[in-house]
Amino acid sequence: MIRAGGPLLLALSLLSSTAAADAADTLLRRGNGPDVETLDPQQVRSVAAGNVVRDLYEGLLSEAPDGTLIPGVAERWDVSEDGLVYRFHLRDNARWSNGDAVTAADFVAGLRRSVDPATASPSAQLLTPIAQAAAVIGGRQPPSALGVQALDAQTLQIELQAPTPYLLALLVNPAAYPLHGAAAGRTQPAVVNGAYQLQAWVLQSHVELRRNPYYWNHAATRIDRVQHIVTEDLGSEFQRFRAGELDISEQVPAAQIAAMAPALRAQLRVADYLGIYYYGFNLSRPPFDKPELRRALSLAVDRDVIVRKVLASGERPAYAWLPSGIAGAGSAPLPAWAQWSREQRLAEARRLYARAGYSAARPLRTEILYNTHDYHQKIAVVIAAMWKQFLGVETRLRNEETKVFLQSRRERRRTQIFRGSWVSDYDDASSFLDLLGGANPRNDTGYLSARYDGLLATAARSAGDARAQALQQAQQQMLEDAPVIPIYFYVTKHLVSPRVRGWQDNALDHHYSRDLSLAD
Amino acid sequence: MSARLLRRLLELLPTLLLLVTLTFAMLHAAPGGPFDAERALPEATRAQLEARYHLDQPLWRQYLIYLGDLARGDLGPSYQYPDRSVAELIGAGLPVSALLGALAMTLALVAGLGLGIVAALKPQHLLDRLVMSFAVAGLSVPNFVLAPLLILLMAVTLGWLPAGGWSGRPQELLLPVLALALPQIATVARLTRAAMLEVLQTPWIRTARAKGLSERRVLLRHALRPVLLPVISYLGPAAAGTLTGSVVIEQIFGLPGVGRYFVLGALNRDYGLVLGVVLIYGTLIVLFNLIVDLLYARLDPRLRA
Repeated sequence: MIRAGGPLLLALSLLSSTAAADAADTLLRRGNGPDVETLDPQQVRSVAAGNVVRDLYEGLLSEAPDGTLIPGVAERWDVSEDGLVYRFHLRDNARWSNGDAVTAADFVAGLRRSVDPATASPSAQLLTPIAQAAAVIGGRQPPSALGVQALDAQTLQIELQAPTPYLLALLVNPAAYPLHGAAAGRTQPAVVNGAYQLQAWVLQSHVELRRNPYYWNHAATRIDRVQHIVTEDLGSEFQRFRAGELDISEQVPAAQIAAMAPALRAQLRVADYLGIYYYGFNLSRPPFDKPELRRALSLAVDRDVIVRKVLASGERPAYAWLPSGIAGAGSAPLPAWAQWSREQRLAEARRLYARAGYSAARPLRTEILYNTHDYHQKIAVVIAAMWKQFLGVETRLRNEETKVFLQSRRERRRTQIFRGSWVSDYDDASSFLDLLGGANPRNDTGYLSARYDGLLATAARSAGDARAQALQQAQQQMLEDAPVIPIYFYVTKHLVSPRVRGWQDNALDHHYSRDLSLAD
Repeated sequence: MSARLLRRLLELLPTLLLLVTLTFAMLHAAPGGPFDAERALPEATRAQLEARYHLDQPLWRQYLIYLGDLARGDLGPSYQYPDRSVAELIGAGLPVSALLGALAMTLALVAGLGLGIVAALKPQHLLDRLVMSFAVAGLSVPNFVLAPLLILLMAVTLGWLPAGGWSGRPQELLLPVLALALPQIATVARLTRAAMLEVLQTPWIRTARAKGLSERRVLLRHALRPVLLPVISYLGPAAAGTLTGSVVIEQIFGLPGVGRYFVLGALNRDYGLVLGVVLIYGTLIVLFNLIVDLLYARLDPRLRA
């Protein structure tokens, strides 16, 4: 029979490799979704990596538990009259985890590394408001040309291309984190400046952090150790939370929410998120080059049914493109039909459908393309049924594996109607509206409207009310043209154990471990 | 014997080359690339990344580059983990997967043989029927159903065992090993029972009993060895089944093995990572079949030519 000597030795070596932790330490166990691909702030791609990196590093600004911007490494800042020059004054007690001072030069190094094409940072694009950033990212200028400079060790100056009211919100992103001079070979971030530092990183299992005693606000940190635990499987994460192995879950399976016992439901946190689920039309070929047809299909989708019956886990119906409460656009008005009754909407949908030249005798035949997933399929089936019932549209459903789907969508050769989603990295309306800009390579609808692009350009040049107005008008124009069908706004769903204190819901779903504490 | 072993080991090389070539071709034939995402990268960044990983080169050159690296023992970079190499990822995951697989196989053999023999000794009795019902159930319940049920019972309801995760404690492996081994236990038990029933009818067993040997000695000295033959020949497929089964089990129990790299690598078009895992799996399966052949020759004197 098989000799078990090898495996047994291996087992013993694996068992002994775990260090016993001090029992007096407080330990927070956070479900963190998929595996963390990197802990290098300038390389972060996934939400999961962002969650860990926010505990490890701190930017010029940071976020309060409710998501409002607060001073981070920068104690205060001034903005020039024209809004083009920002000067950040760093606090003198900001330290790296090896005791070195965090200097303005470290921020210059971090920002330059983000936009350096050699870094190929997935978030470099966020920094384009900074002078010369686009040219550096495109390889037309060296990274040293970037409009950032250290005036002295504690003063950082950032020059902008154009006034950018949401600049401060961008600076919270890991792409704008500082870089320690000795941080070469960054697989294990040895030197960090956040509230926590790296203790252990076990691929596909967990990242363990411990308090960073050099963090300037170390005295306010409550929890000694934090584990960000890989919880790839939603169902397993839910069971692990129920078994008391997790204090916070990253997700909650939708199917569990309806049947949840009251004790568990009390631990459920559902909150608005800056993200939208939509269907896009391919405008570059018939039949969806006709705006009336697009509007007819949009009006015939009963969002309430999708949100209440199909999803049934707290999502909000989307009648506009901008999530309510997003910064930058004031209180953008909803389109008139959002207030209409179901009958009124359907009557208008039928009128537009007929005007586009379709009827019961000559129905529209189209196709919805989505990436293979039960969830997307359910929604597509329901929407196709609504179109069939109310307008007589013949819809074929077609699913493709995600990467194939993304390629088809981008190529715009075969697609007619496709599934899409957008989640913003920062709280500003421009993030959503820019997605449909004529020149945006991410605009898979092919929507090209001179007025819309003009309004976005106006918004980019202006500030305050003028900007908000331009953004509102842009949304109105876009809803009129209907290159997309907004379906619903995402929500975040966490289970948070009652022993976790200090948790607050926020629209970006950023929860810093330093703001949490554990009850005994 | 050693010449034959050497020849078999040399045969491994063309097999693996073929495997790598086919996998490479299939991976690259799938549309979409590693850097396609819902949030598309800017063109310049994408070009930079593709150049870094030679993805801008013609396919035949990419293939030659990969083979060249492979010949030097370099499995290449992972696209998904920007600062890790494939060798590093597999090196971290393989011990966990190997431990899980080895324990599951051992359990399958020990429990399967034991149950099969017990069932065969009293055919059609209650014990036999119980074992065989268990075997049918073990075969027909897929492990992605079994695993959550085990978690629900043992971790959530009873609270005896952890629901998942890996920090090196033995109790964390109990449920995954059980979930992975159950279908194999069932198969081994059925094979053993059938073989044992057949062997017990043979003249040499009658002779052994006629000699007045104790029943225990008859079973262990004379019956067990021929019974092992079909079980051993099943070990090759069992190893393959355990490897592929571990993909599901590792995900459900949150174990950091290589199984998930296989699936995630394919979904993310992480070509190097998938090729690396395929190579490891391929080598393991070929080696396992080799071991089975050698064991077979040892147990069956007729094959010892």
